[in-house]
Amino acid sequence: MSLLAFVLAIPLIGFFAVLFTPRESKTGFTVALGASIITFLASLGLIGAALANPASFSSVVNQPWIDSPGLQIRFHIGVDGISLWLVLLTTLLLPIGIWISRDLILERHKTFFALLLLFEFGLIGVFSALDLFAFYVFWEVALVPMYLMVGGWGGARRGPAAIKFFTYTMAGSVLMLGSIIYIHSQAGTFDYVDIMNALQAGRVVLSPGQQLAIFLGFFAAFAVKTPIFPFHTWLPDTYTQAPAPATFLLAAVMSKMGAYGLIRYSITLAPIGAHRCTSWIIVLAIIGIVYGALLALIQPNIKRLIAYSSVSHLGFVVLGIFALDQQGADGAVYQMLAHGLSTGALFILAGYMEQRRQSLEIADYGGIATPAPGLATAFMIALLASIGLPVLCNFIGEYLILQGAAISHFSWSVYAAIGVILSAAYMLWMYQRTFLGKTTDRTVGFADLTGREWAPLLPMILLMVWLGTYTQSFMPSISAATAHLLDQTNMSNEYRVQVAQPAKHNVELANVR
Amino acid sequence: MTLWLIPFFPLIGFLLNGLFGKRLSKPIINVIAIGSVMVSFLYVVALLFKLWPLTTAYSEHDYTWIQSGFLNIGFDLFVDRLTAVMLLVVTGVGLLIHTYAIGYMEHEGGYHRFFSYFNLFMFFMLILVLASNLLVMFVGWEGVGLCSYLLVSFYFTEDFATNAGNKAFIVNRIGDFGFSLGIFLTVVVFKTLDFGKLAAAVQSMPVEVGAGALTAITLLLFVGATGKSAQIPLYVWLPDAMAGPTPVSALIHAATMVTAGVYMIARTSFLFDHAPSAMHVVAVIGLLTAVFAATIGITQNDIKKVFAYSTVSQLGYMFLGVGLGAYSAGIFHLMTHAFFKALLFLGAGSVIHGLGGEQDLRHMGGLRKVMPITFYTLGIASLAISGFPGFSGFFSKDAILSAAYTHSQWMFWIGAITAGITAFYVFRAYFMAFFGTYRGHHHPHESPFVMTGPLIVLAVLAAVGGFLSVPNWLSPQFPLSEQENITPMIISATCGIIGILIAYLLYVLQPRLAESAKTAAGPIYTLVANKYYVDEFYRGVIVKPLEAISSVVLWRGVDEGIIDTGLVNGFGRVIRGWGSLFRQLQSGSIRNYATWVFAGSLLVIFVLGLAGGFR
Repeated sequence: MSLLAFVLAIPLIGFFAVLFTPRESKTGFTVALGASIITFLASLGLIGAALANPASFSSVVNQPWIDSPGLQIRFHIGVDGISLWLVLLTTLLLPIGIWISRDLILERHKTFFALLLLFEFGLIGVFSALDLFAFYVFWEVALVPMYLMVGGWGGARRGPAAIKFFTYTMAGSVLMLGSIIYIHSQAGTFDYVDIMNALQAGRVVLSPGQQLAIFLGFFAAFAVKTPIFPFHTWLPDTYTQAPAPATFLLAAVMSKMGAYGLIRYSITLAPIGAHRCTSWIIVLAIIGIVYGALLALIQPNIKRLIAYSSVSHLGFVVLGIFALDQQGADGAVYQMLAHGLSTGALFILAGYMEQRRQSLEIADYGGIATPAPGLATAFMIALLASIGLPVLCNFIGEYLILQGAAISHFSWSVYAAIGVILSAAYMLWMYQRTFLGKTTDRTVGFADLTGREWAPLLPMILLMVWLGTYTQSFMPSISAATAHLLDQTNMSNEYRVQVAQPAKHNVELANVR
Repeated sequence: MTLWLIPFFPLIGFLLNGLFGKRLSKPIINVIAIGSVMVSFLYVVALLFKLWPLTTAYSEHDYTWIQSGFLNIGFDLFVDRLTAVMLLVVTGVGLLIHTYAIGYMEHEGGYHRFFSYFNLFMFFMLILVLASNLLVMFVGWEGVGLCSYLLVSFYFTEDFATNAGNKAFIVNRIGDFGFSLGIFLTVVVFKTLDFGKLAAAVQSMPVEVGAGALTAITLLLFVGATGKSAQIPLYVWLPDAMAGPTPVSALIHAATMVTAGVYMIARTSFLFDHAPSAMHVVAVIGLLTAVFAATIGITQNDIKKVFAYSTVSQLGYMFLGVGLGAYSAGIFHLMTHAFFKALLFLGAGSVIHGLGGEQDLRHMGGLRKVMPITFYTLGIASLAISGFPGFSGFFSKDAILSAAYTHSQWMFWIGAITAGITAFYVFRAYFMAFFGTYRGHHHPHESPFVMTGPLIVLAVLAAVGGFLSVPNWLSPQFPLSEQENITPMIISATCGIIGILIAYLLYVLQPRLAESAKTAAGPIYTLVANKYYVDEFYRGVIVKPLEAISSVVLWRGVDEGIIDTGLVNGFGRVIRGWGSLFRQLQSGSIRNYATWVFAGSLLVIFVLGLAGGFR
């Protein structure tokens, strides 16, 4: 059994194990935390093989799963330089999610821990699946526990929020399923690697029209999940109503599912479809960046504000992917990791604050930096990472994305960089009204962070600095993998220039194939 | 010799005081904070001795910071003669102000916090100065902006301080928008950000190919400079930034950080040299800012605000210099300004300290007897900024105005008249504070030696700093202009002396005249005293509409109205029509939904199995 299969299996085993622990005891927590930590440690073992050859898949497991005549669904998983880091992000943040749930979840702990592990299982599967059908299954597996967490443990309006989240996401994934089945009908397999090989070799030819259809099907699912404007309206409600650990995981890892899908599947399986749609997707991405930031500017609720800032940040990721050049793609992947750390930390801190104050309305705060300097400092560091201050993680991602966009079309970077100005404005205004100023009678005696609360934040802060200052630990592998993806789909800039000329369009496409 | 050690020492100071400062005693905090800067300063001196005469640049590659495709950005540092001037100014003046702050901050809360931020500032400022490519420079650039924000809003329980901090950061972000676009465009055009490679690429570039791109790049970089160095239209944050403790105003908002824009243009002079129209813009903006801010300076009553507007104005002079291609004159003025303006602020801080926090000139007066050291040192600073012959400002301002004189007469005359206005309002403040009789209610006292010591050192530098001929030192990089004309020197010095005499007349000899002049000016005085209502204009035209649009149109309108209620729920209604058939599924119980999801997944697999099977 390969290490990756082991990494994938432990959360699932942990899920069942936790379900069988006694209801009101600490055993559930211990088992869940133990399982997630073992998962994390085991996932570190994936690094060596993946870094040795980041452009292709390592730690591969390729077994028949459903093997009926004419329909082979394979259990095919593996990681390359992109998915490796996303798997590691997931396995790192899950123990943190379990850790903070101990304090931030008030009832039915056992079930919640179990759902977190099931969620982890789904996510690792999504990031490592190399079979389209397996990918779809994991995709849905990840959705269900999250839906249950929002619906079962959320805030006052959790019901509508959970249903909105679920139906929105399902609507998208049904269309994706359509695309997957359609590809199967054309290629005769669900296996991603086989399909890509067949496409490269010309054994399977998809017409521009077919590619467009496939692309749009995938895009629907990924656009909702990421989310891309205007498919984002589930997000503020869901993020706000979800219990703090769920919000943390939604923002930090689940939002990466969509972006990962875009870069892994959309642009590679249907490159011509992607090219045809690039212009309007870029427009949507830029609208998302500026629009999310403008809405964050006037939100009266801290969680909602961070939620809209997330829309803005993920707009950057989409912009980077559809800039379709090396810098943009590298920046997009890097930004996924950076956003996971910075926004994740912000949501954890928001969770701690909500637990103390029973509210996240900015108006209910003010001056808490005086009684809680540690909390204020941690929040400031995460905030600075989030607004893209150099030496912290998001700067690298945002810089490369905007640089990549500028290399494609300079005007894209001009519009998108407006979001960078606004991010400082909405974050600092919120910080001022929440943490600074005089302590009011409502916030006097506001408790500072305890050691137990610092514990999950410290590794995240260290990683923010690491990702911001020494990118060479991560970037070479990411770069090799994205270069391969861009190559695979002939999306080098030279090709794009040719595609951009409509008169020669079909001739060029024929030549490429 | 390793260059990264220079910023590394203050970084250690920041980490030690930032992490453990709460538990350390003040003397230990002092040793860490001042010690780290002193080590840095001594290291710079030793380094420059070793590299003497530094006719060629010394560079080092520390590690690869970002590598993506063709783009390779190293964490690279380098030292040439220009860097040497900046290094000495930053660490030298920085050391003096750090020392002074021991006395000034003694009775303030958050002592270790203050010094850790101060050290962090030194770290980023030294990165900015040492950077050997635009992106590393941008790291320092943003970093000093962060420290400026943290220190301006140092008294974070007060709204005026936090508002000023936010304003400083956000206005600077607008400037950085330009700077970052300049970086992007540089990569698009040249495929590199390294200063050395860029200089080579520009040299080999045909003029007609490069002109448009270079003009765009340099103008974008200049937008960044207008933010950091407080030029029109982005100068508005600097006067408010005086909300920070006075040592902050002296170090960050007078001597070092705000001059970063001037340094950046001098550093990228090889780009600006090929973009004459951008150079012209730089010069004109600089000149306009100089005269505009000087007029506001006349009407201010807060001693720190007077000096803040004079900083804006003096930075304008520096931009005039570099905009005219007289880079070495701009850097020369940058250095002398660091001396005399740091001294002005520290002197003002000494006054404020001695008066228990009083900043209003109208409540001062007659302080020359009780605060003799402050009185004399501040007098030297005032003479220096007024361009009084022999003092440091005289030489550097003359270098700039001579360049203006040969370039175009109208620029020179505006610059000379501004020199007169400058002398007037600086001495107005000086006379109001130290002459006449005391008008306040405190018990003024001279500051302790830890504060007056730095004042004395800076006074010596402000007096004789003009004899350190920066233009000669920089001549290998920025050739000296040939002709020496004595006319502009005489005119500008005369303007300065006239300004001082008028101030003496109005504020010492005939104080009533000042009041009647104010009344006579009427609405014009009101306009200027209210800073031309620029803040109100920005608030009304940009900030408020943006909030209104975001709140009413986008949030309530587009997000909740059109997308959510209109599209999503409308779509939902259609579905619900269909769904009424399956109403029994919608029990509202989450567990049931989960069951249906599971069943649905099974169904899909089953159908697929069938579909495959039929094939």
